[in-house]
Amino acid sequence: MNASTDLLTLTIDGRQARVRPGLSVAAALRVAGDGTARTSVTGMARAPLCGMGICQECRVDIDGRRLLACQTVCSDGMRVSTGAAR
Amino acid sequence: MTAFLSESCDLLIVGAGPAGMAAAAAAAPSGANIVIVDDNPSPGGQIWRSGPDAPRPVQAQQLCGAMTRHANVRILGGVRVAAAPAVGHLLLESAERGWLIRYAKLILCTGARELLLPFPGWTLPGVTGAGGLQALIKSGMPVAGERIVIAGSGPLLFAAASSATKAGARVVRIAEQASLAALAGFATQLVRWPAKAAQALALYRPSYRWASHVVSATGDGKVESVRLQRGQSSFEDIECDRVAVGFGLRPNTELGQLVGCRTAQVHGAQALAVDGRQRTSLPGIYAAGECTGVGGSERALVQGSMAGCDAVGLTIAAEAMRPDLVRWDAFAAQLHRSFALPDHLRSLSRPDTLVCRCEDVPHGALASRNGWTDAKLHTRCGMGACQGRICGAATQFLFGWSPPEPRPPLFPVRVSTLAVPMPSSSPTDRPHGH
Repeated sequence: MNASTDLLTLTIDGRQARVRPGLSVAAALRVAGDGTARTSVTGMARAPLCGMGICQECRVDIDGRRLLACQTVCSDGMRVSTGAAR
Repeated sequence: MTAFLSESCDLLIVGAGPAGMAAAAAAAPSGANIVIVDDNPSPGGQIWRSGPDAPRPVQAQQLCGAMTRHANVRILGGVRVAAAPAVGHLLLESAERGWLIRYAKLILCTGARELLLPFPGWTLPGVTGAGGLQALIKSGMPVAGERIVIAGSGPLLFAAASSATKAGARVVRIAEQASLAALAGFATQLVRWPAKAAQALALYRPSYRWASHVVSATGDGKVESVRLQRGQSSFEDIECDRVAVGFGLRPNTELGQLVGCRTAQVHGAQALAVDGRQRTSLPGIYAAGECTGVGGSERALVQGSMAGCDAVGLTIAAEAMRPDLVRWDAFAAQLHRSFALPDHLRSLSRPDTLVCRCEDVPHGALASRNGWTDAKLHTRCGMGACQGRICGAATQFLFGWSPPEPRPPLFPVRVSTLAVPMPSSSPTDRPHGH
């Protein structure tokens, strides 16, 4: 598990991030940055709140689809954009 | 993979937490064609959520094994129920596609969510639910070295603290709103459920404070400190990296309501109404676990087994589990008595505190409204992506408003999912299989 070859490579907002297999995208946002997922209608940064697919605060764009970061498991080559999903 | 737009099964179970897994395991030996769907990637629900650093507990592994060793049980992870377009049909959506599933019998095991109440600073990154924190940690969110304050109410605070500590965080305070008298009452009653008493003792820690609640979280762009109030006039400011606040659990009733199941008030919250065999008000539709009233995983397991047995005609086996259920129902009742939320928590939010996080609607814009619909029309409260799931429960507590009636789709779906051909009106029409 610890060998770097076992890590997955994601692109988060254009920057490469390497994470262990099994992590949620919500976790990867925190591994690779400040953990925020979107910008609210009045311009505030928001991060995952409920962690279980209810609050929608962690919605992001993953490979062109609007998905919840807390319920999506990271996969190699995934492209994640924060702040974009409506 | 060939895309198919519809499939059918004998028994559809929605939710793969303890109740759903127990239902599947109980019904599987009958040979019925069983499908179990869950919006999370893997089974376990919230309490048995597993992840890179959180192996599934032994009991969950055993139940998972009992469920999956039957070839007639199919588990579909990462699948949400979007709508109930016709009797006996649900519209499903995964990350890849949308499709229709036709069922003969349905067991709803949709669980519960945390009651998250607005307080100043609760929208800051670093503020999560208490169960929310636990879920995020289990899914691999790093918290090692962080100082964490956990507040709110109920046994979940301990569970969250335990997960955070295991992950290398420092839990500097656990603030429980319940009074010492309420907690002492709970403790003395715990002898009736020895396993629960042992759990409570194992989880107790010195940073625990009773009669204590969150006042505000502050920080520049993220949480940097939290203010707690203890009793009438004692305040405490704590520097921290995270604040996890949850005020107990509320049943997820949306899908049941959408299908048309009757609800009932259970321990002061809306829940799906069931009879002594877990049957809802609709024929062939059962409900089990937290969506029938919050009562913990032991109760959910019994209810799930009962529903699973009854759904495949094992009514005597289902009846035999009644005494177990009565015992756990009593535990649930005790839990709700001890951790009931006092009215003074209504003053947690200030006029400028956002209540609806999707549309950024402050408390001050809502306080003068005379109900949910009025507020929605004038402020957009509840019109965002969560469809009122967070602010609906909050405004019910704050203002006594009835929460919104669920409407399809139950969550924001893709247009292609809504374009899935719907079943014709004749109930004898069979959708073609896969």
